[in-house]
Amino acid sequence: MHSIVLTKGVPDFREGQVSFDEDGHLERGKTPTVMNPNDEHALQAALQTKVRHGGRVSVMSMGPPGYGDVLQEAMESVYADDLYLLSDRELAAADTWATAIALSTGIEKLGLPDLVFAGFKTADGETGHTGPQTCWALDIPMITHVTGLSVDKDERRVRARRLVEGDVAEIETVEAPLPACIVVDSEFESDYRTAGEHLALKDLRETTVERAAEYDQHLTTWDHTDLNLDPDYIGLDGSPTIVSSVDPIPKPPAEREATMVDPGDAEAMGELFDEMAALSGGA
Amino acid sequence: MIPMSDQYEQYEAIVVGAGPGGAAAAAKLADEGIETLVLERGVKAGAKNVSGGLLYAEDSAPYAIDNLYPQIRLEATERPITEYYIQNVAGSTVKEYDLTRLHEHDTRWSDAVLRRKMDSWLAERVHERTRETGGGLLSGIKVNGLLREDGEIVGVTCDEIDPIRAEFIVAADGVNSELARDAGLMNWEDPEQWFQGVKATVEAPNVNDRFDIGPQEGVAHLFSGDLFDGVRGGGFCYTNVDTLSIGAVFHLDSLVESAAEPHELLNALLEHPVCSQWIDDPYREVEYAAKLVPDSKKVAHPDPQSDRLVLVGDAAGQMQAQGPIIKGMNHAVTAGALAGEAFAGAKRRGEPESAGERYVERLYESGTMAKLRPKRYERVRPIAERERATEVVDRLLESPIGRFGVRALDATGLLKRLYSSPFMSMSIPDTQTPYVTLPTVIAETLGEPVSDDTTVDPPSLEQRIGELTYDTDIGNPHIELLDNSVEASGAAVTACPVSASEFGGGCYREETIASNGSTKDVVSLDTQPCIECGTCAVVADTAWEHPSGGRGVEFRQG
Ligand SMILES: Cc1cc2nc3c(=O)[nH]c(=O)nc-3n(C[C@H](O)[C@H](O)[C@H](O)COP(=O)(O)OP(=O)(O)OC[C@H]3O[C@@H](n4cnc5c(N)ncnc54)[C@H](O)[C@@H]3O)c2cc1C
Ligand code: SF4
Repeated sequence: MHSIVLTKGVPDFREGQVSFDEDGHLERGKTPTVMNPNDEHALQAALQTKVRHGGRVSVMSMGPPGYGDVLQEAMESVYADDLYLLSDRELAAADTWATAIALSTGIEKLGLPDLVFAGFKTADGETGHTGPQTCWALDIPMITHVTGLSVDKDERRVRARRLVEGDVAEIETVEAPLPACIVVDSEFESDYRTAGEHLALKDLRETTVERAAEYDQHLTTWDHTDLNLDPDYIGLDGSPTIVSSVDPIPKPPAEREATMVDPGDAEAMGELFDEMAALSGGA
Repeated sequence: MIPMSDQYEQYEAIVVGAGPGGAAAAAKLADEGIETLVLERGVKAGAKNVSGGLLYAEDSAPYAIDNLYPQIRLEATERPITEYYIQNVAGSTVKEYDLTRLHEHDTRWSDAVLRRKMDSWLAERVHERTRETGGGLLSGIKVNGLLREDGEIVGVTCDEIDPIRAEFIVAADGVNSELARDAGLMNWEDPEQWFQGVKATVEAPNVNDRFDIGPQEGVAHLFSGDLFDGVRGGGFCYTNVDTLSIGAVFHLDSLVESAAEPHELLNALLEHPVCSQWIDDPYREVEYAAKLVPDSKKVAHPDPQSDRLVLVGDAAGQMQAQGPIIKGMNHAVTAGALAGEAFAGAKRRGEPESAGERYVERLYESGTMAKLRPKRYERVRPIAERERATEVVDRLLESPIGRFGVRALDATGLLKRLYSSPFMSMSIPDTQTPYVTLPTVIAETLGEPVSDDTTVDPPSLEQRIGELTYDTDIGNPHIELLDNSVEASGAAVTACPVSASEFGGGCYREETIASNGSTKDVVSLDTQPCIECGTCAVVADTAWEHPSGGRGVEFRQG
C-alpha cells in the first residue's frame, strides 16, 4: 500500500504564538508556521493504513522552503517514509485551484498511490477545497468527512465511515475502489485492536524518531520545471480566485446594539427581514 | 461484535505485568526463543509500582535479577546497602542494634531502588529481548480477565485490545491480581493476610554527608517500638542517590482495629527525632505513595497455577516479611524466572500443558516455598499468636523481671544475637510482642534519650494528593461501593491512605443522610484521588478493579 498525505503549513494560531498588527492584520513574519492542525487526522489515517497493511507513506506539501519544518513535524507524527515539497516563486500565492493543479501533478510524478489523504479545511484559508480539487484533478473517487477507515487490500476497496453533510449526528458507511482520495474529518479516530498493531506502531515510533531528526535526507523538493508546469497555470497567475479585500478582525464593540426578536412574532420578524435585505445588497 | 475465536491473535506466551516478576519471566522466555508478549497497564512500566525498596540478590536463590539483567546495578538501582540498623524506640529513648550481619546473611548484594526508574529501565530491555521473538512489551494495556474456552483458560481479555490466546500465561500483575482472582486462586477478604505499606520519597541532596558514606555505600534503618500508636508494624529509611525512602509497613488487621490513619503514622515516624535527624531542613517530599503487600506466611499460594496460567510474585502472595526484612521483589524475580524456565522445558518435551506443575515443583525444589511459608512459623503460630499467650508474654516483658531479663540478655550479647538470627526472624509471630512490646521494653531499659527537636513538617493529606499525577477516567470509576454501611465499609475511611476521617478530599468519606425523619451514617466513595493501593478491596465491601490502561495515578518515584 502506498499513501500520500497532503499537508500544509499555517500560522500558529495558538494563544501566545499568533501576532497581529495594530489594524488586526496577521503578521505572517512574526507568527511561526506549524502544520495545519486538521492535517494531523489525515496523517493518523495514513498511519493506520500503514500499520495494518504495511507499505509506505509519503507526505507532500506546497509552500516556501521554510515548510521543511512542517514536513518534519508530519514525519514525527506519521512516521512517514518520504517527504515532498513543491516550492518555487512561480508557485507562490496560489489559491486552492492552482494548489490542486500543482499537487495533483506532483502526485502523478510520484506515481498514483493507493490512497491520497487530505485534512478537512486548513486553519488559515478555511475553504476546505484543496483536497477535493486535487482529487478531481487526479480523477479518482473521493470520500469526505471520514471518521473511520478500513481497507480490503485483496479486493482493492476502501470502506469509510463518514459524517453525512459533516453532521456529527448522522453517520453512513460508503465504499470506493482504490485508488481513492480520503478527506479526513477532525472526528477521525484511529483504531488499533490487536497487540500486533500496537507493536508495529511502537517499532515505527522508534525508527522515526531517528529519521525525523535528519528529515532533510528524506526530503525531495520540486519546482515548476521539475513538474513541467506552465507558470501561467500555477501560482498567483493561475489562481482564478480574486480576494477583493481581507477584513481585519474587528475589535469587540464596547457596547453592542442588540434587538431581541421573537421568531414567533410575525410582524417583528418581517421588520428584521426588511433590515437584513438592505444589508445583503439585494431586493 | 466478538470475533470468532480462531481469529484471535495468538502468542506462545503472555506475561501480564512488567514489575520484577514479569521482567524476569519475560527475560527467561525470550532467551529460550519463545514468542512473548508483555502487557503492562501503567502508562509506562513503574508508573503503578511502589516498594520500600531494598532489592536483594540471595546466595541461595536459583535466580537473581542480575543473572537476567547484568547491567541493572550499574544503570537502574540507587545504592548498595552496606550498613543496616534497627532502632528500638520508646518515647524519646532509642536503642540501636547493628543488624548488618542479619542483612548480609544469604545476601550476595542488596541495593536500594526506586521503582519508576528501575521498572522503566527493565521494560526497555524486556521490549528489546521479547521483540526479537516476535512479541514485545506494550504499556497502557490493561488485562481485565481470563479468556476461557470450554471452561479452560486459554488466554486473556483486555480493556484496550481484542482477546489474545497463548499457550502459557504468566500473571505477574502484583498484589490484588485480577487474574488470580478470576482464576479463583486468590481472594481479598481477610485483612490478617495483608500488610499496608506507606511511603514518602524525601529530597536529600546531601546523603553522603548526612550518613557519612561514599557514593557506592548506603544505609538502611529500621524502626520499631511505640512509634505507631500500638499498630503492629515497622518503619524504614533507605538511602537513594539523592533522596530517602522513608515509610512503614503495617499489618492491615491491626491498622483497621486501631482505626489508625496511615498518613499520620508515617508522619509520626518522619517527625520523630530518631528519623528526622537524617532529613534536611526544610523538609521536601517528592512523592507520597502506598500499596498493599501480601504476607507470604499466610497467603503464598501452595499451588499457584491453573491450566495454562501461573501466578508469580505478589500475585501469588510470594512476599516474605522476614521479621523486619521485607523481601518481595527478589522472590518475584525467582518465581518469574522459574516459570519461564518451566514453560521452555515443557515445550521442549512437547508437553507445554505440564508447565504449571513443573513451575510449582521448582518453587519447592529450589527452597523458595520454604522461605515463603516457613514450617517453623506454622509450628509456632498456634501457640504464639493465641491472645492469652501474647498477653502473658507482654506483661512479663513489661514487668521488672522482664526488664531485668532484657538487660541480662543484652549484657551477654544474646539479645543482639537473637535479633541477628535469620532463623529467629523467620518465625516471628504476628503479635504485639515482637513489633511493639519487646522493642519498646528494650528502648526503655537500654536506650539513650534522643534530642526531641524536629524540623520536619510533613505536608497535609490534601497537599500530598495535590502533588500526585492522575489521568482520571471520568465517569468510569474503577471501584464500586457495594455496601455503603459503616459496618461493611467504614474501615476504609481511616485505612485508605488517601482518606481520613473528617477529610472531604479523600476517596472514602463519612456522610450522614436523612431519610424518613431519621438520620443514618453511611460511607461514600470518590475514586478520583485513589492511588490504587488495594486496601479497600480487603477492608470494604466493593467491586474492585484497577483502572483501564494508562488511567489513574502515575507514580514518578515509586
Ligand atoms: C511500602 C512498601 C515497601 C516494600 N519494601 C520492599 C523491600 O524493601 N524489598 C522488597 O523486595 N520488596 C518490598 N516491597 C514489596 C515489593 O514491592 C513487591 O513484593 C514486588 O513489587 C512484587 O513484584 P511483582 O513483580 O510481583 O509485582 P509488581 O511489582 O506489583 O508488578 C506488577 C505489575 O503488573 C502491572 N499490572 C497489574 N495489573 C495489571 C493488569 N490487569 N494488566 C496489565 N498490567 C497489570 C502493574 O502495573 C505492575 O507493573 C515493598 C512494598 C511496599 C508497598
Ligand atoms: S480507594 Fe481503595 S484502592 Fe484507592 S487508595 Fe483508597 S484504599 Fe487504596
